[in-house]
Amino acid sequence: MEVTTEAKRIMVVALGKLYSSRTQRGGLRLHRSLLLTMVMKSARDMYHAAQETVEWEAAEQQESPAEEPTDAQMELQEGKPLSSTGEEVESSPAKLRRDAYNKENMSPPRPAQHSRKRRGKAAVEPDFLPCKKAKLEQKNSPHQLILSTVLLCEYMNCSSEVGAPPAPMPVQRAIAAC
Amino acid sequence: MGEDAESPKINHTFLRDYVTEADVISTVEFNQTGDLLATGDKGGRVVIFQRETDSKGESEEVGETGDSGEYNVYSTFQSHEPDFDYLKSLEIEEKINKIRWLPQQNAAHFLLSTNDKTIKLWKVSERDKRPEGYNLKDEEGRLKDISTITSLQVPVLRPTDLMVEVRPRRVFSNGHTYHVNSISVNSDGETYLSADDLRINMWNLGITDRSFNIVDIKPANMEDLTEVITAAEFHPHHCHLFVYSSSKGTLRLCDMRSSALCDRHTKLFEEPEDPGSRSFFSEIISSVSDVKFSHSGRYLLTRDYLTAKVWDLNMDKGPVETYQVHEYLRSKLCSLYENDCIFDKFECVWNSSDSVIMTGAYNSFFRMFDRETGRGVTLEAWRESSKPRAVLRTRRVYSGGKRRRGDVGVDSLDFTKKILHMAWHPSENIIAIAATNNLYIFQDRVNPETQLQ
Repeated sequence: MEVTTEAKRIMVVALGKLYSSRTQRGGLRLHRSLLLTMVMKSARDMYHAAQETVEWEAAEQQESPAEEPTDAQMELQEGKPLSSTGEEVESSPAKLRRDAYNKENMSPPRPAQHSRKRRGKAAVEPDFLPCKKAKLEQKNSPHQLILSTVLLCEYMNCSSEVGAPPAPMPVQRAIAAC
Repeated sequence: MGEDAESPKINHTFLRDYVTEADVISTVEFNQTGDLLATGDKGGRVVIFQRETDSKGESEEVGETGDSGEYNVYSTFQSHEPDFDYLKSLEIEEKINKIRWLPQQNAAHFLLSTNDKTIKLWKVSERDKRPEGYNLKDEEGRLKDISTITSLQVPVLRPTDLMVEVRPRRVFSNGHTYHVNSISVNSDGETYLSADDLRINMWNLGITDRSFNIVDIKPANMEDLTEVITAAEFHPHHCHLFVYSSSKGTLRLCDMRSSALCDRHTKLFEEPEDPGSRSFFSEIISSVSDVKFSHSGRYLLTRDYLTAKVWDLNMDKGPVETYQVHEYLRSKLCSLYENDCIFDKFECVWNSSDSVIMTGAYNSFFRMFDRETGRGVTLEAWRESSKPRAVLRTRRVYSGGKRRRGDVGVDSLDFTKKILHMAWHPSENIIAIAATNNLYIFQDRVNPETQLQ
């Protein structure tokens, strides 16, 4: 739990630093931006690894299918047990496809934009990061950290409120584009 | 900073401690003889100090060489001005990133100074005579009335007050897209290199409109960028060899005889990562902030956030010596990351005989390590405790175990007082330490040889 909290904090701080470095005198410092990007990736990977461990444990327990203890802060789709079928945690793409399928059945239709997002790893979109896009109250598939989208919202100052957003950029492109 | 928010009276201590950003020293460098010491600051100025040579009764002991050893201001000039890149709408800082002296060839001294984008060659010369007795001009320089001239005289040179003139002789511009972090003069005396985040260029000191690109690590797709160049230096004796360090903690030795573009290293120096010490910040703290060849040319000294390492050029598997500079900070990396200190770039230096290495730390502390014994000592560069002629006393940071009087706790370290830049005299035990806007010069008087206290 501490790992995920710390990972989140580190990511938030990194984002803040990257954002403020754009207005720094002397221009964007490539070395610093690169290190911040690596820290963010590192934190994201550790966060994801911690998440998967937790999911694994929950799947093994096969007990109360309600929210994960570690994910109390994370949004879970209401009424959808995490491991309703008691399956093991699948590989990310398969799980995501299943989730997507379930969502279509169970949640109100989301805007088309969301379905085109690249789903890299299974993680929840954290709620602490402000997003300029209007968010649905009903969250997306659980355990989905759409880091690239978050970056897109916060960092790139995209104007995607109108029309479809560009494909979510990997972190490095965000740096390169500055 | 000493402010007392609750005091009804105005506390003026903060005025004394207030540091103009422009006065912060950003580089320190001795010339090859050690007689001159140059500092560059964030405001783009260069201040040159010269060592006093006449004793003037300052030296107390019989048998001293006559060098009182005091460094006094010799010259000050504005090297770089703030600039603007109109194409990219970017401001270019005037901060002097590095100064390097050229080997002296005549009465004048030459130095290279660089900011983020432009390198300049400056000529520092003395003038202590001036011609007098012009025929057409009078003493003030006004033209004489020709009808008053009845005879011709030959102007003669007469001694005058010493004047130090500094003139820009070359400006090497438009060579770098990214920020220049290093310059290094080649032992051939004709060329020098300049390194930015992704490229290293080699220049001829006499030619300003072109340079050779000798290293280019820019990926075709910037998304694939994984490392940048952090420092570069020519070998002190072999004019075909140079080394550069990267943000990943690796060193690359390149031989310019092998190919024109030295993207493929001749030797790669890398220490395998210890998987047990992996953390969120492993990449940041492994980034090398400085690399220096030893005077012998056999060893390399590198500095990363927590350690200083000595590498043998003949062994690329790992460093031969590793010195913990401030290991007590390893558990504080998260807060150091939040307050940006984890990005600080410390320099490191060798002494003249390559037996001692020195590097900076926080709280105005700097560290010296004796390579023979492996022992390290912590010293402090702080005005209050350093009166002239006072002996530097060793300090300790308390991080567990028996606490002695005078020990400083890790949590009371002042992280705004960082010693990033320093220089060691090329032949004597004299060190120059830059502490924010102050320059400290310490000399080993007791034993001018090599013994450390």
